Amino acid sequence: MALVLNEEQGMLRDSVKAFLSERAPVAHLRRLRDSRDAAGFDRPLWRAFADQGYSAILVPEAHGGLGLGAVEAGIIGEALGRTLTPSPFLSTAVLAARALARSGSAAQQAQLLPAIAAAETVIAFAVDETSKHRPDAIAATAARDGSGWRLDGAKTFVLDGHVAERFIVAARTAEGGLTLLLVDAQAPGVQIERTLMVDAHNAARLRFDGVRIAADAVLGAAGAADAVLAEVLDFGRVVVAAQLLGIADAVFELTLAYLKERRQFDRAIGEFQALQHRAAELYIDIELTRALVLGALQAMDADPAKAGLIVAQAKAHACTTANRAVQEGVQMHGGIGMTDEFDVGLYMKRARTLQELFGDAGYHADRVAAMGGY
Amino acid sequence: MSDLESFRRETRAWLEANCPAEMRRPVTSESDACWGGRNFKFQSEAQRRWLQVMGARGWTVPTWPKAYGGGGLSKEEAAVLAAEMRELGCRPPLWSFGIWMLGPALLAHGSEEQKLEHLPRIARGEIRWCQGYSEPNAGSDLASLATKAEVHDDHLIINGQKIWTSYADAADWIFCLVRTSTAKKHTGISFVLFDMQSPGVSTRPIVLISGKSPFCETFFDNVRVPRGNVVGELNAGWTIAKYLLTHEREMIGGIGDRGAVKPLGQFAADAVGLDEHGRLRETALRAQIARFEIDEAAFRALMQATGDRARHGMGNPAMSSALKYYGAELNKRRWELMASAAGADGLEWEGERSQDGTVARTWLRTKGNSIEGGTSEIQLNVVAKRVLGLPGV
Repeated sequence: MALVLNEEQGMLRDSVKAFLSERAPVAHLRRLRDSRDAAGFDRPLWRAFADQGYSAILVPEAHGGLGLGAVEAGIIGEALGRTLTPSPFLSTAVLAARALARSGSAAQQAQLLPAIAAAETVIAFAVDETSKHRPDAIAATAARDGSGWRLDGAKTFVLDGHVAERFIVAARTAEGGLTLLLVDAQAPGVQIERTLMVDAHNAARLRFDGVRIAADAVLGAAGAADAVLAEVLDFGRVVVAAQLLGIADAVFELTLAYLKERRQFDRAIGEFQALQHRAAELYIDIELTRALVLGALQAMDADPAKAGLIVAQAKAHACTTANRAVQEGVQMHGGIGMTDEFDVGLYMKRARTLQELFGDAGYHADRVAAMGGY
Repeated sequence: MSDLESFRRETRAWLEANCPAEMRRPVTSESDACWGGRNFKFQSEAQRRWLQVMGARGWTVPTWPKAYGGGGLSKEEAAVLAAEMRELGCRPPLWSFGIWMLGPALLAHGSEEQKLEHLPRIARGEIRWCQGYSEPNAGSDLASLATKAEVHDDHLIINGQKIWTSYADAADWIFCLVRTSTAKKHTGISFVLFDMQSPGVSTRPIVLISGKSPFCETFFDNVRVPRGNVVGELNAGWTIAKYLLTHEREMIGGIGDRGAVKPLGQFAADAVGLDEHGRLRETALRAQIARFEIDEAAFRALMQATGDRARHGMGNPAMSSALKYYGAELNKRRWELMASAAGADGLEWEGERSQDGTVARTWLRTKGNSIEGGTSEIQLNVVAKRVLGLPGV
């Protein structure tokens, strides 16, 4: 498949970019942050987002969605990265939508997928338990309890955890396999602590103490969710990689404009070769990431079971590139880059969070080595 | 069935019937490749035959017009041919500066007579070309070249010296930049073609740090060249030279893709060994190799995306500088890591065990990748100015 967007995808990219830069530019994030907004995101915006169909990308058509794929989800993610818009898109419209579409029962799908498409609900996906991403070391337990289950354990870095009506929680069953459970945020035994993050985006810590889960709240077969979890995580990773690409692009645009405009020693600082070469190297890194991320998105659409390697490559590469972009962004802006008033620092903070989310460059380099047989 | 699908089936069947088994292995080094030319010694009958059958079909240059010895294929058909060759592991039948560099320049700027004379012989691998560009005092600042051509009614007389002429001692003809006017720097240069057997041409191989001599110094002492061998207008050679450099950069940018026999991680696993968890015993090296393979995957994707964008009319010519820069740096990194993975074994310089020091010599040879065809610094200048629009000289 050609590594270019097709016509419809190009139109989607233009429309979501225009929508977000008009409705939710970086100033929108500042307002939420500075007003210490309790929800941490804007509900009317989330509904307007749904009116455009953006929350319905991964929801099958049978459930009121658009039935599109990873490439389209990545286009939305990239645009959200450019504007730093806080949105339940990743938690709800990507992770939860994909998990439900992939392994939800007919009843679960009928109840929740149309609500996701219409942005009428927020569903958080709870996987991580340690400060570094280690999905192979999940310790939360789901134990048989009469006809249902009993959930114990703790989760951290749960995106939108404090505003979600429900969680999809990964827990281990006695036989050792993983289970995905739908948990009501109001259920007895659930404790939710919002964590205020460096990037002013939403996350929470969750505790589950003997939470009773009905039998019909399990996604797919109990103890057999390992493959589904791996696939949903890869979906998340590749969309996060696209967000990191959006960040790198936006920071680079700001920085390039500054190199042309800022004058010292009677000339634009962009005339200095020391800066030109660094800008050129950064540009090349961004183009490399763009090509690799699109390849990974297409690979997820072609066959998620075979996309693991390129997804790991893309997430690692996007982390490294975005990190370089924000560091150069601050440095090339000089003192103004260090001020809270200027946007480049917000990009740096967001890039830091997204690098950590679902595995940083080192984590994915380790996967690449393991998959390469070394 | 679509035309393209039937073309794919026919192509697959033809390749299976005509590509000898020995030619379905990757080319391991420049000396393992088929370069063609008057004096080329084929390493095997299979190599000779593969060139002959592909050349006869025009598939050494699939997209060139049939009238000039090409295959006359559309870009889509050529992509199918390339994919089928990759699938079957068929190596390119011919490595050729004529194909990569001179051919595209002649197609764009040559006279009909020049195209008919030279292109079919390039396509069939009958004439091997070398490139006379750099001079001792004209490297990155190529347009300051001084090799002089006196213009007479029907011929030129050329005097001067070129350097870094790849395989000049094995080449049959040279495409060469000469100064036909000293009035202006860039508009006093002409692009000429001549036979290396012309009286007054001599070459001297340059021994590199790798111990090999892929480059020569080339001397011209009153070499007489027919006036008709000037490509394009007199004094307008710089435009052609730049056009050709773009192709050279793409070609060198692709080095990273052609040389790899097996993935670096696999090479290291064999050389260093794995621990009980199946991880490379050298953990720092393991991390570096993984980072390299990620960047290599990104480079492959960008190469593909650049080609795909060009086919969709979204190409950017300056991207060749970006690819040349990155491909060269990546190849240097690959061989640093190869040398590190090979350890003490990789230090051997001669002998059968090391295949006469392949690792050590290739490691050294790759240091030139970021110098030849325009240094990495020059490529970054081009990207900064032509792509990013940054101001300056």
